[in-house]
Amino acid sequence: MTAVQSPPTSPAGAAVVGDGGRTVEKISVARLTRVELRKLADTRSGLWLLIAIGLAAAATAAIMLGAAPDEEQTFRNLFSFGLAPASVLLPVLGILSMTSEWSQRTALTTFTLTPARGRVVAAKLIAAVLIAIAATAAAALLSAGANLVAIGAGGDGSWDITADQAGRLLLNQVIFVLMGSAFGALLMNSPLAIVLYFAIPTAWSVLGQMVKWLRETAEWLDLNMTSLPLSEATMSSGQWARLGVAVAVWVAVPLVLGTVRVLRREVS
Amino acid sequence: MIAVENLSKRYGPHAAVDDVSFTCEPGTVTGFLGPNGAGKSTTMRMICGLTPPTAGTATVDGRPYRQIGNPGRRVGVLLDASAQHAGRTGREVLTLAALTMGVDKRRVGESLERVGLDKTAARRRVKAYSLGMRQRLGLAYALLGDPGVLILDEPANGLDPEGIFWMRGLLRDFADRGGTVLLSSHLLREVEAVADKLVVIGAGRVVAQGDKAELLAASGTVVRALDHEALEATLQRHGLTGTRTTDGGVVVQADAETIGRAAAGAGLVLLELRPADSGGLEQMFLSLTAGDPGREAVR
Repeated sequence: MTAVQSPPTSPAGAAVVGDGGRTVEKISVARLTRVELRKLADTRSGLWLLIAIGLAAAATAAIMLGAAPDEEQTFRNLFSFGLAPASVLLPVLGILSMTSEWSQRTALTTFTLTPARGRVVAAKLIAAVLIAIAATAAAALLSAGANLVAIGAGGDGSWDITADQAGRLLLNQVIFVLMGSAFGALLMNSPLAIVLYFAIPTAWSVLGQMVKWLRETAEWLDLNMTSLPLSEATMSSGQWARLGVAVAVWVAVPLVLGTVRVLRREVS
Repeated sequence: MIAVENLSKRYGPHAAVDDVSFTCEPGTVTGFLGPNGAGKSTTMRMICGLTPPTAGTATVDGRPYRQIGNPGRRVGVLLDASAQHAGRTGREVLTLAALTMGVDKRRVGESLERVGLDKTAARRRVKAYSLGMRQRLGLAYALLGDPGVLILDEPANGLDPEGIFWMRGLLRDFADRGGTVLLSSHLLREVEAVADKLVVIGAGRVVAQGDKAELLAASGTVVRALDHEALEATLQRHGLTGTRTTDGGVVVQADAETIGRAAAGAGLVLLELRPADSGGLEQMFLSLTAGDPGREAVR
C-alpha cells in the first residue's frame, strides 16, 4: 500500500457554495431499490443463494422428467414443482437483506447516506418482490424447456395454464419472500431470523396436526397449510380468506413491528 | 458549517454526552479530543442523525442532518471504518454509495486512487483489508459525494505514520479550499498537527475549547532543574502551581521570567526553561481526563 501525496482532484469546498439544490431533494425509492437489488447479489452469500436456487430448480425439472408418470409431465406441474426451491431459499435472501445491515454493521453507512430509513425498508421490500418475480419468470422459462423435453420423451407435455394459476404461483413466492424480509427486519440477526423463520411455522404446523383443539385454529393460522391451494388448479373464496388471515399474522404483523424497530433503533 | 447546541445523551442514569456545544466553521479543521468513552462518537452519531439526542440540537449547514435529502453530497461521514460488509470488494462498497448518492460511477475509481488504494486492493474483499486500508476506503467513501463538510471519527486509527501524514495533508487541503472538517481522536499529537480549533471533551462534557494557538498559549512554561526536589519546594514557596511531566520537568502556569527569578533567588541550576507548547497541552489533556480512568467502554 502506498500513500498518495497528490492533492484532491476536485475542489472540496465546491459544495459549500452553490450546490444547486442537489442535496435537498430526497433520494428516490427507485434509486434505492436499484441499490438494494444490487446488494442482493454482490456478496458471496447472496450470489450463491441465487445460484443454488437456479441449480435446484434445474434439478427438480430433471427429477420430474425422470421420475414422474408421463401424464403428470405438464408445463403447469413442472412450473409449480420448479418453484419449490425458490419458495424455500428466496426468503433467506429477504432475511439477509434486512439482517446483514446489522450483523455486518452496514446500517451505519446505509442510514448515514439515507437518513429516511422508511425509504430504505420500502426499497428492500420492493427489491424482494422484484427478485421473486424474476425467479418465477426464470422458473417459467426453465419449465418450458423441460416441457419440450417431456414432449420429445413421450410425456403429456400440455401447455395449459391459466393466468389465475400462474398469478397464484407468483403470489406464493411473493408472500414467502416478504415473510422472510419481515422476520429479518424484526429480529435483526441473521442466524436467529433464519432459524426462527423455518422453525416457528413448522412447529406450529406440527402442533396444529397433533393437538386436536388447535386443529381448527391452525386451518386459519398455519401459513404452510393455507398457502397450499395457491399451487393447485383452483382456489375457493374460503381458501382465499384463510390465506388472508394467515398472511396477516405471519407477514403483515412482523413486517409492521420490524419496520418500527428499524426506524427506531439507534445505529452504532 | 456544523453547529452543536446543548447536545445531551443519557443512557439510563449515565450521561454519555452532557450539554455539549461547539461550532465548526468553513475553512477550519476542528479537532475533537477526548479519551476513549468520553462521548466523542456518541456526539458524532447524534450530529449524523443516527442516535436521537436526549436534549439539544445539531445542524449541518443550518439544517438537521436527517432533513438533508441527500446528505452524502453535502457531508462526508466516516464513523467506523470496520462497519462495511466483509464480503464486498472495496470497489463495490464505493459503487453502492455512488449509486445511492447519484454520483457518476467514474468517481469511484478517482476516489480509490485519491486515497491510495490501487486496482488490486479495490478488487479485494473488505474482509482482507487491514485497518489502515479500511480507513482509506472509509475516507474515499466520505469524499465520494464531493461534500463541503467532513465528519471523521478516529480516522487515523490503524494508519501507518506515512498514512497519517498523507491524511493530514488531505484534510488541510480540504479545509483550505473552504471545507469544514470535524475530526476526532484520543491522541492529542495526531490532531494537533492539523487542527485550527480544538474541542476537548471528558466524561461527556466539554472541558476546553478554542483556537489551538490560544489553548497552546495558555498552557504554561516547562521548567527542569538539576535538583528537582529543591525546584518543587521553591515553586511551592512562591505559590506557583505546577504539574510534573513524564521526563522529570514541571509545567508551571506562569511566564518564564517569574519562574527564572524564583529559581535564581534559590540558587538553582536550570536545565530547561521554555514555553510548554504541546507538551503543556498534553499535560492539560491528561489532567482533564485523569479523573475518570474507569469510564472507558461503559455506556
